Amino acid sequence: MANSTNDKEPIFSVKNLKNLTGPFNLNNPITIQVLGICSALAVTVQMKPAIVMALSVTIVTAFSNLIISFLRNTIPTSIRIIVQLVVVATLVIIVDQVLKAYVYDVSKKLSVFVGLIITNCIIMGRLEAFAMGNKPIPSFIDGIGNGIGYGIILVIIAFFRELLGSGKILGMSVIPPSFYEMGYRDNGMMILPPMALITIGVIIWVQRSRNKSLIEK
Amino acid sequence: MKALRKYLDKIKPQFSEGGKFSKLHSTFGAFETFLFVPDKVTYKGAHIRDSIDLKRTMSIVVIALIPALIFGMWNVGRQYYVSIGESTDIIKNLWFGFLKVMPIVIVSYVTGLTVEFIFAQIRKHEVNEGFLVTGMLIPLVMPVNIPLWMVVVATAFAVVFGKEVFGGTGMNIFNPALLTRAFIFFAYPSVISGDSVWTYGLTSTSKVVDGFSGATPMANAASYAIDKIPDNFTLFLGNIPGSIGETSKLAILIGASILLITGIANWRVMFSVIIGGVGMTLIFNVFGANPYMQISPLTQILMGGFMFGAVFMATDPVTASQTHTGQYIYGLLIGMFAILIRVLNPAYPEGMMLSILLMNAFAPLIDHYVIESNIKRRLKRATINSKS
Repeated sequence: MANSTNDKEPIFSVKNLKNLTGPFNLNNPITIQVLGICSALAVTVQMKPAIVMALSVTIVTAFSNLIISFLRNTIPTSIRIIVQLVVVATLVIIVDQVLKAYVYDVSKKLSVFVGLIITNCIIMGRLEAFAMGNKPIPSFIDGIGNGIGYGIILVIIAFFRELLGSGKILGMSVIPPSFYEMGYRDNGMMILPPMALITIGVIIWVQRSRNKSLIEK
Repeated sequence: MKALRKYLDKIKPQFSEGGKFSKLHSTFGAFETFLFVPDKVTYKGAHIRDSIDLKRTMSIVVIALIPALIFGMWNVGRQYYVSIGESTDIIKNLWFGFLKVMPIVIVSYVTGLTVEFIFAQIRKHEVNEGFLVTGMLIPLVMPVNIPLWMVVVATAFAVVFGKEVFGGTGMNIFNPALLTRAFIFFAYPSVISGDSVWTYGLTSTSKVVDGFSGATPMANAASYAIDKIPDNFTLFLGNIPGSIGETSKLAILIGASILLITGIANWRVMFSVIIGGVGMTLIFNVFGANPYMQISPLTQILMGGFMFGAVFMATDPVTASQTHTGQYIYGLLIGMFAILIRVLNPAYPEGMMLSILLMNAFAPLIDHYVIESNIKRRLKRATINSKS
C-alpha cells in the first residue's frame, strides 16, 4: 500500500526491493498465482521466442503499471477497466511493431501471442491489485518484478523443452551426434503442449517441497 | 522356509523404530510380506480380514499373465526365424525369445520398483505392490525392438506422473502400464509404429524372405489390405507380428479364465468391452464406406490389442468404475471408442490404448452420475411413501 507519510522514498528501499524480488519466487505469477499459463504453454517450445516473450511482457507490465499509476486518481472507477485496456493495448501494439521491425522471425513464431499479451491475466491483475493504489515508482518496480518472475518460469520451461524435445539450446545443437548414433532420440512429446503443463507442474512441485509455507492445508 | 522366517525375525528389530536401519523400514516390510503372509489381525470391531491381501491379488494377475508372456517369447523367436527364412523347433524359438524379452522385463521391474522404493522411503509409506503387475504388463505391450533406455524413461515417467504424484498405488487415475506405452507412442513414435519394429532385428532396409513384411494385422487393415489379414484362427492362435504379449488370444483367454475363476478381475468390464466392440463394428458394417468398416466383428476383436486390453488393462480395479452400472457403461464405451479410433483414424492404428486411457479419465464421472441417479430414484420412492 502507498506510504503517504514518506514522500521521498528511495528507489531501492526495502519495500521496493521486496516488490521487485517477491514475484521471482514466493509470489510468482505462474507457479503461485497460476496466471498466464496459456502463453507459458504456447511459446515455450524454443528458448528464443520464450525470452522475447518474457521481455515483451516485462516491458508492457512495467509501463502499463507506471502509466496507470500516474492516472490512478483521475480514472473514474466505473470505466477503469476500459482505460486500463486502452493503455495496455497501446503498449502491446508498440511492442508488436518493434518486434516486427527488428526480430521478424521471432515475431512470426510468437504470432498471435504477442497480441494476446493484452489479455494476459498477469498485467490486468497487477494493474488492479497494485498500480491502482500505489505510487508510480513502486508500481513500475512491481511491474518489472512480475514480468521477470513470469519470464524466469518461461525460460526454465523453454530450456527443458528445447533441450529434450529437439536437442538444442537457443537453436544450437548441444547433444553430440555420437549420442544419436548410439540410439538416442529426441523426445517428441516435449514439443507438444501437455509436456509444458507437466513441466510447470514439476516446477511447482520442486518449489513447494523447498518452501513448506506454500503448501495449503 | 523356517530358517528364512527365523532370520527375518532376527533382523526385524534393526528395521523397527530406533533400530539401526529404521529408515529402510518400508523396504524391509516389502520383502517380509512378499515372502510370508502378513500376520496382521484386526483387534477392534467385527471386521474380518481376508488373508488374500493386495500382494496375493497382484501375484494371481502376474500368474495369469504368464501364458501370454511365454507365448510372446515363443512368437518373438518364431517371427525372427521366419523372417530370415530358417526352420526351427519350439525350444529354439522359446530360447531366442527368452533372451530378447527378459531384458525388457528386468528393466521395467528394476526401474519401476526403484522409483516406488524411493518414494516410499521419502514419504515413509509402506512399499505398495501395485507395480508387480504393471512391471509385467509393460513388456507385454512393447514391440520387441524397443530400445531399453526408452523403457526406462517411459516407465519412470509413468510411475512418477501417473501414480506417485496422485499418492501411489490405489490413487492413480490412469493405468500406469498404458501410460508407459502412450508415452513412448507420443514421444518416440518411430520405435512403436510401422512394419519393421515388431520383429526382432528387422529394419526397413534389412533382407528378409520374400513375402515377409512384418506388418501387423492392424497395419494391413489401416492400409485397406484386407486380404493380407490372416484368417481368424491364426489371429486367435497369435502366430503373427505384434507387441510381445498381445498376439495370442488363446494365451490371453487362459489368463482371463484364471482371473475370472479366482474372482480377481471384473467380468462386467470384460464382457461389456467386448459387447461395445462388437456393437461398434456392426454399426460400421452397416455403413461399410471403406474396406476397414466391412471387417467382421469377430476379426475386429481378434485383431491387435483389443482382447489384451479388455482382459488385463480395462479391468484394473483402481482406474475402472466402481459401481456395477458404471462398469457396464465404462466397458461399453471402451469397446466402442477402441473400434472408432481404429477405423476412423489411421494415424492411431491401435485404438485400445487411447480408448482405455480416455475412459480412465471418465470413470469417476460415470460413478458419480450412477450414484446420483440412484440417490434420486430412492428419494422419489421415499417422498411417495411419505405422502401416502
